[in-house]
Amino acid sequence: MTVTIFVPRDAAALALGAEKVAKAIAQEIAARGLDAKVVRNGSRGMFWLEPLVEVRTAHGRVAYGPVKAADVASLFDAGFLTGSDHPLCLGLTKEIPFLRQQTRLTFSRCGVTDPLSLDDYRHYQGLKGLEKAISLTPTEIVKEVTDSGLRGRGGAGFPTGIKWKTVMEAAGPQKYIVCNADEGDSATFADRMIMEGDPFVLVEGMAIAGIATGATKGYVYIRSEYPHAIATMTEAVEIARAAGVLGPSVLGSAHAFDIEIRSGAGAYVCGEETSLLNSLEGKRGIVRAKPPLPALQGFLGRPTVVNNVISLASVPVIMDRGAAFYRDFGMGRSRGTIPIQIAGNVKYGGLYETAFGLSLGEIVDHIGGGTATGRPVKAVQVGGPLGAYFPRALFDTPFDYEAFAAKDGLIGHAGITVFDDSADMLKQARFAMEFCAIESCGKCTPCRIGSTRGVETADKIAQGIEPEKNKALLADLCNTMKFGSLCALGGFTPYPVMSAMNHFPEDFSPAPLIEAAE
Amino acid sequence: MNMRISAGEFTERSLQIIRDLKHLEGPMLPILHAIQAEFGYVPDEVKPIIANELNLSRAEVHGVVTFYHEFRDHPAGRHVLKLCRAEACQSMGSDRIADRVRELFGVDFHQTTPDGAVTLEAVYCLGLCACAPAAMLDGEVYGRVDEHCLSEIVAEVRR
Repeated sequence: MTVTIFVPRDAAALALGAEKVAKAIAQEIAARGLDAKVVRNGSRGMFWLEPLVEVRTAHGRVAYGPVKAADVASLFDAGFLTGSDHPLCLGLTKEIPFLRQQTRLTFSRCGVTDPLSLDDYRHYQGLKGLEKAISLTPTEIVKEVTDSGLRGRGGAGFPTGIKWKTVMEAAGPQKYIVCNADEGDSATFADRMIMEGDPFVLVEGMAIAGIATGATKGYVYIRSEYPHAIATMTEAVEIARAAGVLGPSVLGSAHAFDIEIRSGAGAYVCGEETSLLNSLEGKRGIVRAKPPLPALQGFLGRPTVVNNVISLASVPVIMDRGAAFYRDFGMGRSRGTIPIQIAGNVKYGGLYETAFGLSLGEIVDHIGGGTATGRPVKAVQVGGPLGAYFPRALFDTPFDYEAFAAKDGLIGHAGITVFDDSADMLKQARFAMEFCAIESCGKCTPCRIGSTRGVETADKIAQGIEPEKNKALLADLCNTMKFGSLCALGGFTPYPVMSAMNHFPEDFSPAPLIEAAE
Repeated sequence: MNMRISAGEFTERSLQIIRDLKHLEGPMLPILHAIQAEFGYVPDEVKPIIANELNLSRAEVHGVVTFYHEFRDHPAGRHVLKLCRAEACQSMGSDRIADRVRELFGVDFHQTTPDGAVTLEAVYCLGLCACAPAAMLDGEVYGRVDEHCLSEIVAEVRR
C-alpha cells in the first residue's frame, strides 16, 4: 500500500524550509524505489516544530520535526515510513500536548487534509454545513448563526447573525458577501493559515452567508503580502466552481453563488471594512462615515455582508453541529472558540484554538512556554498594532471580549506578541504612532496629524525634554485621537501608547539630558 | 519612461490589459496590478489611458495609484527584498536585522542598490509572526532571519 507523507505548504512552513524538505523526500522515495507519495498539507500551527513532517501509519499519523533537508536520508534509514523512532520523532501527532489540549472547530481540518482536495474536504465533514443550509430557509440559517453567539472575529466582535439579518431584510437587486482577508495586524496569521490550509471551509462559509442573505456574489479581499494564500484561494474557488459547489446552482440547489478573489495593495487601513469596500470599488482606501451601514449600502452602494475570514470559516461547523453545540463553548458573551495566535518572542509560537476564557498568563506562560530568548516576559501586546500592552500584573485577565475591554485592552483578531525584558516600551509607543502615521488614510485630522505629532512628542520624552509636560501632551493627544477618529486606526492607536505609558512608567522616565547635567 | 518599447506598443499593451479587465465590478485595482506585473511599475503615461477607458479623471487615477504602498512609480531592482518591521518581528530583533541589511547593501528602505540588483522595502507583517523575524525575497518567504539566512539572501541577490 502506498504510504502517505505530509509536508506542509503553509507559508510559515515554507519560510522554515519545507520546500527543500519536500524535494529531498521525493528524491529519497525515487532513489530507494519506495511506494510512497507526498501530500502538501496545511500547517498544524506548531511553528517551533516546522517543517513538521507526518507519516500515515496503521496507528495514526506520526510526526517528525523540525525536519531539515539534511535530516531526510536519516529518517528513511530509521524507517520513518512505518513510524519508527528517530531523534526528531514526536510520536502520534494528535497526542502532542499543544494539539491535544485544543478545541479545534474552525481549524479541525487545517493541517490534516490536502487543502485543494475536495474529496478530502468531504471526507472530513466538509460541505455538511452547506447541505444543511440548503435545506433551511434564510431566516432559519440566520437564526442558527445568531443563536450560536458567533461574533466578528476580525476584531470588532459584532454579532454575525445580526449583521446577516440586516442584509437579509434589505431590499436590493444585487447583494454581496465580502470576506475581509486583509489580515494586517502583526501577530495574526489565522486567516492566512485557513486560506492556505483549508480554503474550502471559507468557500463553504461564504456560500452559506450568500444563501442566508440572498447574495449571489462574493469577494475575498486578500492582502497582497499573502501571495500563497491568494494562489491557494484562487485555485480552491476554481475547483469548487468546477465541482458545482459554486456557480448558478450551489450543490444542485436553486441558489446561485460565486466568488471572486481580489488582491489588496499594501494599505493596512483597508482592513477596516468601509475602507476595504472603497478599495474593492477601485477607489482610494479612505474610510467612510457610518451610517449608512455597509449592510445596507456597502459594495457599490448595495447591501453587503463584510465578515472576517475566521467568522465565515466558523459558520460551516455551526450549521453542521448546531448553534447549541458551538454556544456551549466559551464564557460570558464570548461564545464558541477563538484561534489564539501566539507570536513574537515566544518559545512555542503558533495557533491555538480553544474556547474563550483562558487567562492571558496561561496562554503566555503555559501554552507559549515563555520567551524564546529565555528571558523574563516583560509585556504582551494583544490584538495587533492597535492593541494594548499588558504587563504581567494583568496576566489573570480571561480571554474574553468584555474582560479585555474592562482592562483598557482588546482581543482584536486574537494575536498575541510576547516581548522579553529587553523591550523598551517608550520605543514601542513611538512605533504605534509611527505606524499610524504611515498607514493613516488621511480622512480624520486627529489620526493624520496627531500620529505625526505623537512620534515627535515620544521623541522629546526620550530625549528628556520637559518629560512631564510631554507625557501629559501625549495623553491629551491620545484622547483626541480616540474620540476624534472615524475608524479603529486613529481611534485605537492610543491603546498601545497609553497602556505602555500607564503600565511601564519607568520606560518613560529616561535619564536627564547630559547637557542639562553639565 | 525608461522602457525599451515604443509609445505605440506601450499604449497597445496597456489598452489590452485594461479592456480585458474593465468588465469587472471595481476594475481599478486588478488593472493596476496587471499593469505593474506587465511593466514592473505603474508608469505615469498609463494614467490617462486608464482614466479614458474607465471614464474617470486623471486626478482620480493618480489618487488611487499613490494611495497604495504596493504600486511603484519607477521600476524596482532585479530583486525586491521586503523586511518585516512590525511588532512581532521587532520582539525578535528585526531592528538589528534591518540595520545589518542596510549595511550589507548600502541602501536604506525604498532604495535600490546602484547596480540595480536589489530594492529594499519595509513591510508591516507577512503573517509569519511565530517564526520572526520574517522577510520575503521576490515572493519567497524566510523565517527566523539571522546572519546565516541573510548571507543566503545576499548570495541569491548577487548571483
